[in-house]
Amino acid sequence: MAIELIVNGRAVQVSVASTTPLLDVLRNQLELKGARYGCGLEQCGSCMVLLDGEPIYACSREVGTAAGGRITTIEGLGTTDHPHPLQQAFLDEQAGQCGYCLSGIIMRAKALLDHNPSPTRGEIARALDKNLCRCGAHPRILRAVEKAAAMMRERKGA
Amino acid sequence: MSDTLPLSIQTNRRMEKWIRFEPNRTVRLAVGKVELGQGNVTALAQIAADELDVDLARISVLSGDTEDAPDEGQTTSSQSIEVSGRSVRLVSAELRARVLDRLARRLNCSPAELSIDDGVFRRGDAPTGHDYWNFAEAEDFAEDIVGTATPKPHEAYRYVGKPMPRRDLPAKVTGAAFIHDMVRPDMLHARMMRQPCRGARLAALDEAALRRAERGEFRIVRVGDLVAFVGRDETVVQRAAAVAPLHARWDNVVPTMPEQQEAAWLVGQTSHDRVLGTEAPPVTTNVVSANYSRPYIAHASIAPSCALAEYRNGHLSVWSHTQGVYPLRAALANVLGLSQDAITVRHAHGAGCYGHNGADDAAVDAAVVAMQIPDHCIRVQWRREEEFGFEPVGPAMHVTLHAALDDAGKPQDWTAEIWSATHVQRPSSGGNMLTHEALPTPPPDPRPTDPPEANGGGGTRNAFVLYDVSVKRVLHHLVLRSPVRTSALRGLGALPNVFAIECFMDELAERAGADPVEYRLSILSDARARRLIENIARRCNWASRGAAGSGRGLGLGWARYKNRAAYAAVAAEVEVDQEVKLRRVWCAADAGLVINPDGARNQLEGGIVQAASMVLKEQVRMEGDGITSVDWDSYPILRFSEVPEIDTEIIHAPDLPTLGMGECTFGPTAAAIGNAVAHALGTRIRDMPFTRERIAAALLK
Repeated sequence: MAIELIVNGRAVQVSVASTTPLLDVLRNQLELKGARYGCGLEQCGSCMVLLDGEPIYACSREVGTAAGGRITTIEGLGTTDHPHPLQQAFLDEQAGQCGYCLSGIIMRAKALLDHNPSPTRGEIARALDKNLCRCGAHPRILRAVEKAAAMMRERKGA
Repeated sequence: MSDTLPLSIQTNRRMEKWIRFEPNRTVRLAVGKVELGQGNVTALAQIAADELDVDLARISVLSGDTEDAPDEGQTTSSQSIEVSGRSVRLVSAELRARVLDRLARRLNCSPAELSIDDGVFRRGDAPTGHDYWNFAEAEDFAEDIVGTATPKPHEAYRYVGKPMPRRDLPAKVTGAAFIHDMVRPDMLHARMMRQPCRGARLAALDEAALRRAERGEFRIVRVGDLVAFVGRDETVVQRAAAVAPLHARWDNVVPTMPEQQEAAWLVGQTSHDRVLGTEAPPVTTNVVSANYSRPYIAHASIAPSCALAEYRNGHLSVWSHTQGVYPLRAALANVLGLSQDAITVRHAHGAGCYGHNGADDAAVDAAVVAMQIPDHCIRVQWRREEEFGFEPVGPAMHVTLHAALDDAGKPQDWTAEIWSATHVQRPSSGGNMLTHEALPTPPPDPRPTDPPEANGGGGTRNAFVLYDVSVKRVLHHLVLRSPVRTSALRGLGALPNVFAIECFMDELAERAGADPVEYRLSILSDARARRLIENIARRCNWASRGAAGSGRGLGLGWARYKNRAAYAAVAAEVEVDQEVKLRRVWCAADAGLVINPDGARNQLEGGIVQAASMVLKEQVRMEGDGITSVDWDSYPILRFSEVPEIDTEIIHAPDLPTLGMGECTFGPTAAAIGNAVAHALGTRIRDMPFTRERIAAALLK
């Protein structure tokens, strides 16, 4: 069955069962490996992507229910040469250890900053509470999101 | 000289195993230690760049490869910088000296007249026309490494001692970066069905029912009691594996009892017993005793284990996020009956492992399936419940401390009695690969051993107090049978032992009517330790610490990891109501010469958060078929809004040798929280984790 999606601004068509997890479609059909499998249970957030601007768990989201939707993955934010302010801030703060959780966290942070450009540290922490990090890089990650928020405000103001 | 060389050089004497000058004017450094998220590869590159006098950007690092990189065993025990770093420094200094000596002979000058600027050789101020890339030749690599070249003094370092960004991070925040993301030609996805326990036999697998439940295309590969679902469509094999247990019947399953999940169960089990330290009988007058415990703990990697394997033309190639490619190759050869020459193992990034998790087992899974389906790349990924249910977990520990006190209330005779299952069941230490136990000819039962004291011990790690106590002994009960497989988890016995010692110190201080900091300092001669405790006490404003029982608490703890690696002191401020809220943490660490201070800080703080998570929340639950805490709801870890503010200070000590620091905050954090909670409550909880139930019970006492 052909399903149409708009992924990172590009219209794509995939031929899969509509019950296929969106995560599998992104990773295996579209070769976008940035969203990662962690639990398949909506518990860890490693698979987080944006659907029409809202953070969703790609691991359990059936692709059919996202048909026609605008999906943004970490690859849609920026590249190593042209990073998004969030990616740049994470590199500036060296906010990570193993890094497996980071793309999901960055996508959740993107959704937060799109709604609230000046979150407090407490608001950032609460927004990220559904994302798990096992290495204990939390303090750095919180600093990176604060920094990204400042960079994005500056960019908007400029 | 050779007997003082680091082990990494002793086992890899050939220069070309370590360093190569590439045609594109880069330098390839090959190392056996691997990146597990701790930043060691970046630090090793800093060391090589400084000793070779080339820009850091010119150093490319190949790590963990049985074809091309040296054998440095496992990446464990905070040894990457202490051992591999020292090796890279000596090797780089020696190669630099060899090349410059030969150039000096060519130019008929003294090597002292020569210098190197980003790999280009100069004589005084004048260019020589030579550099590493056009001048180095086979002769420079011919002799075995002797390790006698003098490395630079730390004042001359350009990169070492300065914060450097991690090399692997840009890929990890932009897209594909992990073994999970690798795509190989002819790749097939595989998922496993696991033996519920060692010795269980698969009596029946109802394939027809399974295929009715999952109608996609997949193969069922069965070797003994090992079953894999293999196919081109990852979604299909994942779903098949998820429902498969419903269609399987196992014989010979040994049930697990809930009481076995508690550390207290260990006491009285069959054990190998030994006494370390003094053989004098313990003093029996004025003895104070207390029991402390930690339950079984999961590594709980954020990613399930993954591996790729392909068998082509009689050669097996494996990609794994293992901690040691050479030990894994040896294990694969043993399990598969292949010669080691017929196997290549390459490291690829995985999620943080914090010890021996499912990484190697997944690699064996992939290899066994690849042998059944040659000429394809078999990609195995564990399921979440598989990762929690089948990784070897960190063993529970029960620790009883006894101190005979003198008239001033200070300990004069100290006994630590420890009950624990083994802390290491790597195949090289007598353990079995999970998959091996399911094959038609399973290996004998694992041989229970613990790491030797020379390697820091396992259950006995950090068990000897570093305070000025004249008589000390450790009674170690290595429990022979554990309800679940156990192996190395960050710090091994250090967390429970330091927790016990440093909590006991507070209890002894209270009994003596002394302030915990003053009491510690009155029986502690080690100047580096004293300095850290004084530092942390000042920074956390210890002097204004209020009375116990207010609901707010301040506590501290310290240790020197393995009693010989890095020092760390940690103070914690908590609020306790129905549960513990960790507000602030202060840390001071002394690791001698620190290579990458930002990487070090990241490790120190990561250790604090992870230890706090374990103390406050974590316990592997078991019942029936085995582990029942198989998701993040039943195995909760600390979340963003629960993580405290952390203030870390690294003591500047560049003249002193580097001390491994990846695990040094683990024990002190557990102790600091234990003491802070006791201060807040006015009564002590001695068993981890500090759950609501335990807090309520402590308050009722």
